[in-house]
Amino acid sequence: MKPVESVGAAARPAGMSDTAVTGTPHLMEGYNFAYLDEQTKRMVRRSILKAVAIPGHQVPFGSREMPLAYGWGTGGIQVTASILGPDDVLKVIDQGADDTTNAVSIRRLFERTAGVATTDHTEDATIIQTRHRVPEKPLRERQILVYQVPIPEPLRFVEPRELETRRLHALNEYDLMHLKLYEDIAKHGHIATTYDYPVLVHGRYLMSPSPIPKFDNPKMHRNPALQLFGAGREKRIYAVPPYTEVRSLDFEDHPFEIQHWEQQCEICGSGESFLDEVILDDHGRRMFVCSDTDYCRTRRDTAAAGQAAASPRRAAPEEA
Amino acid sequence: MYVAVKGGERAILASHEAVAAARRGSLEVPEMTVTQIREQLGLAVDRVMAEGALYDPDLAALAIKQSRGDLLEAIHLLRAYRTTLPRLGFSAPIDTGRMAVRRRISATFKDVPGGQILGPTFDYTHRLLDFSLAAEGARPDQAHRHSLSTPAGDQHVGKSGNGNGANGTATPMPRILDVLHGEGLVEREREDDEAQPVADLTREPLTLPAERDARLQNLARADEGFLLGLGYSTQRGYGRNHPFAGEIRMGEVALEIVPEELGFAIDIGDLTVTECQMVNQFHGSKEVPPQFTRGYGLSFGYCERKTMAMALVDRALRGRELGEPVAAPAQDQEFVLYHSDALEAAGFVQHLKLPHYIDFQAELELVRRMRAEAAAASPVAVGSAGAASARTTSAQVTASAGESR
Repeated sequence: MKPVESVGAAARPAGMSDTAVTGTPHLMEGYNFAYLDEQTKRMVRRSILKAVAIPGHQVPFGSREMPLAYGWGTGGIQVTASILGPDDVLKVIDQGADDTTNAVSIRRLFERTAGVATTDHTEDATIIQTRHRVPEKPLRERQILVYQVPIPEPLRFVEPRELETRRLHALNEYDLMHLKLYEDIAKHGHIATTYDYPVLVHGRYLMSPSPIPKFDNPKMHRNPALQLFGAGREKRIYAVPPYTEVRSLDFEDHPFEIQHWEQQCEICGSGESFLDEVILDDHGRRMFVCSDTDYCRTRRDTAAAGQAAASPRRAAPEEA
Repeated sequence: MYVAVKGGERAILASHEAVAAARRGSLEVPEMTVTQIREQLGLAVDRVMAEGALYDPDLAALAIKQSRGDLLEAIHLLRAYRTTLPRLGFSAPIDTGRMAVRRRISATFKDVPGGQILGPTFDYTHRLLDFSLAAEGARPDQAHRHSLSTPAGDQHVGKSGNGNGANGTATPMPRILDVLHGEGLVEREREDDEAQPVADLTREPLTLPAERDARLQNLARADEGFLLGLGYSTQRGYGRNHPFAGEIRMGEVALEIVPEELGFAIDIGDLTVTECQMVNQFHGSKEVPPQFTRGYGLSFGYCERKTMAMALVDRALRGRELGEPVAAPAQDQEFVLYHSDALEAAGFVQHLKLPHYIDFQAELELVRRMRAEAAAASPVAVGSAGAASARTTSAQVTASAGESR
């Protein structure tokens, strides 16, 4: 989060044209660097600092109306815009993939308004904005993972009222959630929450991890990267600082567990990544492939390189 | 085959081109100008300005053109533009008592000082399609000229019309509820307290319980359809508050700012606004004797339906303050204020079309596992159901084969 220099003028854009300014060919004229004005970014950054100081606590912020619709990642976009500097390298994924339409659209917004370098490679990115996944490749220090969050309140579906849920957080009163999970077990024999699985952060705040599959929850625990969460429509920001304890709720006799597939990725052969099921024809034939496209391609490329070197029939799958 | 599932930048750009082509329509038809929209679709422009929270008829007309007449989309365009504008200062409160009135009616008194002025209302039109408007090459200007030359006094109802011009009466026209103040029958409006900053939901998030300033701002930006349904629900018994339309007025008000270096107000232009003052019955409490209470509605432009619904909902939301039981949806602050914004609602409802295959895959895995467990627990019942469904589609046969692997 380095200070950002203002590039564009805050003047009224003439007919909202996107004619080029000097230097970067696709940069949009008439808008500030990374779209938001500097006062707004400062306000967002203050909220982020507060969120980092109180891990897992939802900080209200003056969310702005964005040129993308609510539900399309306006919270994540505002967080990214506020921390983005000219030297950052941005990666945007949706469902784990860099080429999903909304990921393409958000990346394009920052290419046009900030002119920053973008990448598909998890390890090359300084900021990764994501919807619904945590990358398979472990993150490192000085990387920031920005989550897009639809409903920041983990208690919302057991208690719809904001006044009430705020009180429950203040009192550290999370029995309602435990009760819900217990009812799952009583009814189905196991917990029936598969995504947006509630976590307790730093032993204090109950937090929504955003609708990532519970498969990704363990990756949040003591992650070296800073994890920021932005909810634009609900006007909340929260954070998990690096190396913070993130525990998925469970019971001693029903410990938390993640999804497993009997299949492996049909492209790279991984048996450890989260798999997408792709329907191939109208007879219901299907294949399973990695949802994390960068992870999958890297493994495939490594395997191909190994094949070229030693020419075995199939390279042994590497450890993830 | 696999890549086809995921979209690419080219597909997005192609969709932008498709939007532009669909917007333009047949090239044999002349393109509509922004000026035409501003002048001839004025009520659409007004709604976009009101919910877009930006008074600029030209930009609103542009947004309507760009959005192909989808007003929520136009409102989004205007709001997204609005957030980029710097704040130059704050205006003095507008004074609707000094409005150049084009329409002004009261349902509570037959005759009022200043008179009742119908103005450009659909109220007493017969909703019959006017095929003369569809006739090409007609001279629609005739009607326009006639309207301009009609003495405005003709739009007055009753005798006390003061005969001011159709473009608004310049003389102050007292607000009807103010006339009742003398008897203390209607609650007094709170005095403007300049020391107290006014809430601004575009800068600070909503906090609960919300004060009336924040609530009114929320309602002023709220979706007309949502408010209409809520207001209607209060009339049908869900939080009934016995409303009367005390006064509805529409016209131009002066916008004034007080620059610090001058210390006095200067007029920087006019706004068209619609204001609705509802009066509602109130039985009184231990502290307050029975009197009429108020619900208030205000919007940019001529949005009468919106301001009436807003006034009903404003009054309903005052239930807690007035010690009334709060049970109906329209009385529930959280329910109303969190679901009123068209952008938030439209965005979140429509985001369901974005890919959710990760979450769906997670659910699929769970449902398959639970079905397998159920089948193991009672092989007869679930097994036969499974066989029945497997017969219906080949897809399900493959699915159960996958499970057994």
